[in-house]
Amino acid sequence: MSLDAKTDTHSTWQKETQKIADNIRLRVLEHTLNNNGGYMSQACSSAELFAALYTKILNIGPSEAPMVPPPFLGVPANDNPHYQTGRGYNGPIQPDLDRFIFSPAHYALVLYTALIEVGRMSPEGLKQFNQDGSSVEMIGAEHSPGCELTNGSLAQAVSQAVGIALARRFKGDTGRVVVMMSDGEFHEGQVWEAVESMSFYKLDSMIVYVDVNGQCCDGKMCDVMDVEPLQSRLEAFGARVFSVDAHDLDALLAPSQVEPDGRPIFVLCYSNPTKGLDLLETRAPKLHYLRFTSEEERETYRLEYQKMLKERAN
Amino acid sequence: MEILTKVHAHNLVAWAKDKPQVLALSADLTSSTEIDLFKNVYPERFISFGLAEQNMMSAAGGLAREGFLPFIHTFAVFIYRRAFDQLIDSVAYPNLPVRMVGFLPGITTPGGITHQAIEDVALLRAVPNMTILEVGDVTDIESVLKVSENIPGPIYFRMLRGEVPRLFAKDEPFIFNQARVLCEGTDITLISSGICTEEAIRATAVLKRMGVSIQHMHVSTLKPFTDPQIPAACAKAKIGVITMENHTIVGGVGSAVAEIMAENAIAKPLKRIGLKDTFAHGASRPYLMREYELDALALVKTVEKLLGHELDITETDLKAVRLEAVHSTAKAEAL
Repeated sequence: MSLDAKTDTHSTWQKETQKIADNIRLRVLEHTLNNNGGYMSQACSSAELFAALYTKILNIGPSEAPMVPPPFLGVPANDNPHYQTGRGYNGPIQPDLDRFIFSPAHYALVLYTALIEVGRMSPEGLKQFNQDGSSVEMIGAEHSPGCELTNGSLAQAVSQAVGIALARRFKGDTGRVVVMMSDGEFHEGQVWEAVESMSFYKLDSMIVYVDVNGQCCDGKMCDVMDVEPLQSRLEAFGARVFSVDAHDLDALLAPSQVEPDGRPIFVLCYSNPTKGLDLLETRAPKLHYLRFTSEEERETYRLEYQKMLKERAN
Repeated sequence: MEILTKVHAHNLVAWAKDKPQVLALSADLTSSTEIDLFKNVYPERFISFGLAEQNMMSAAGGLAREGFLPFIHTFAVFIYRRAFDQLIDSVAYPNLPVRMVGFLPGITTPGGITHQAIEDVALLRAVPNMTILEVGDVTDIESVLKVSENIPGPIYFRMLRGEVPRLFAKDEPFIFNQARVLCEGTDITLISSGICTEEAIRATAVLKRMGVSIQHMHVSTLKPFTDPQIPAACAKAKIGVITMENHTIVGGVGSAVAEIMAENAIAKPLKRIGLKDTFAHGASRPYLMREYELDALALVKTVEKLLGHELDITETDLKAVRLEAVHSTAKAEAL
């Protein structure tokens, strides 16, 4: 059987969305196996978040972009009329619709996979991942599918989203600006500058979902540079904060449905970076990138993949 | 010579009147960067970001993406030193129309190293998609926003505040990527920018009396730097070329002219007047211009070096020069 086989559609949204999340993990693992490398722990931690964003949380229209992403069309410049961002995958720009701002660029593989699982991109698109001349870049930039900002230097997206939210307020838009971030970004001072401005300008049209997986490139954040307690720190900055289980779909959805009260919303999604793939725990504490050290190791993951595929079928 | 105050303040308010998309962004330097008037006249178009330039720079990118024309106002150093990463990723790469108005260029402030933008042109010249405009007088300031209207990408303005002299005729606005020819000559070609042009005019008045034939050009567009007048003027100089800038000699106008001379195979001596690969310190502008040899006397000494003999010009001679707003010799062609 193939990963792209149709699944049962007669069930609750939670079941459907959970299937999407499971498929995100599976597809990222499949990609990692085939390419001997991938951002696996990010898929484990944020699969439910991406699935919930694209199925329930985001109020966006259908994709306006081609199912198979176009090749890279050159950098933005006055003499390059062909340049376009990957924003179209998140639907049209309309005053009443949400805007989705994807921040942690190294989660791109998870984002692309989510786009596939929700039918906004063809599985063919992922074959272009990290291929020369492709827009489906390893570290997503604003021309990559689902992206509209260049965010590989972490922590800039939330500030750019502040500008977008201010602009939408000037224009009288009713749609929200929904940002997806990773907790490692909170090391950067710029994030806190952004939060103070969100509170000061009462940007309650902003809702920031944070994958709090406790991981950064060097290992566990509490060993590298601790950012906890995030909830009370953000609250002290004037934000409205919800701490939720990142693998509980109802818990992820609920904060997006509260009445705005003037405060920007942060949803801290506490996640397990090996969720759904216990084998990955042998790599702890360094989970940032999975590259197999031997064929034997790859084989253990291949067996796990087969097992997950079988479980999904049942 | 006419001296005006708060030229940018009034110019911005007048220019933005029928442009609702124009916003002024401040990082807690509202009166220091002359946008207090804008704030009073258009309070709904003024955004205070506090001392948080990184967030302000990225947010400006977001505002520009949504069709607004954000004018960041702060001291130049905080634009390109504090928020360089944000300037590149959030503004320059996406080629967004963010206007960065940087004050206190070079040694125009007693604020010392932390406030003196001495390597801004060098850094920003290296950034793709950037346009760099530097003002040297009232007429430049009065025309710089109009010039910016046709530039789709980001612009860095090297701006002057407070009392500014009018060096150029009021009815001769600066033209994008076109040097002003202030006097024509064949011995030495002098290319000056910013506040150095006033000093240069002072010196050239005396030098001309001493029989030195000088081609003096003032440049306000530092990037792009493709005005064909520049290589032509360098090529015709019999003795050599001098650049004069309120900036380090590394990477600024002097380097730009050197690149043009090399690419056009113009084999002439080039002397670069500017900060000689050194930081400065906090002191008055005239004091620093003398200390770091950026003034009229420094130009005279440089000319003497190129000529190979002394001209017997004193500081008193230079101070006695009465400056009047000059008409560009290129006026006929410009029109």
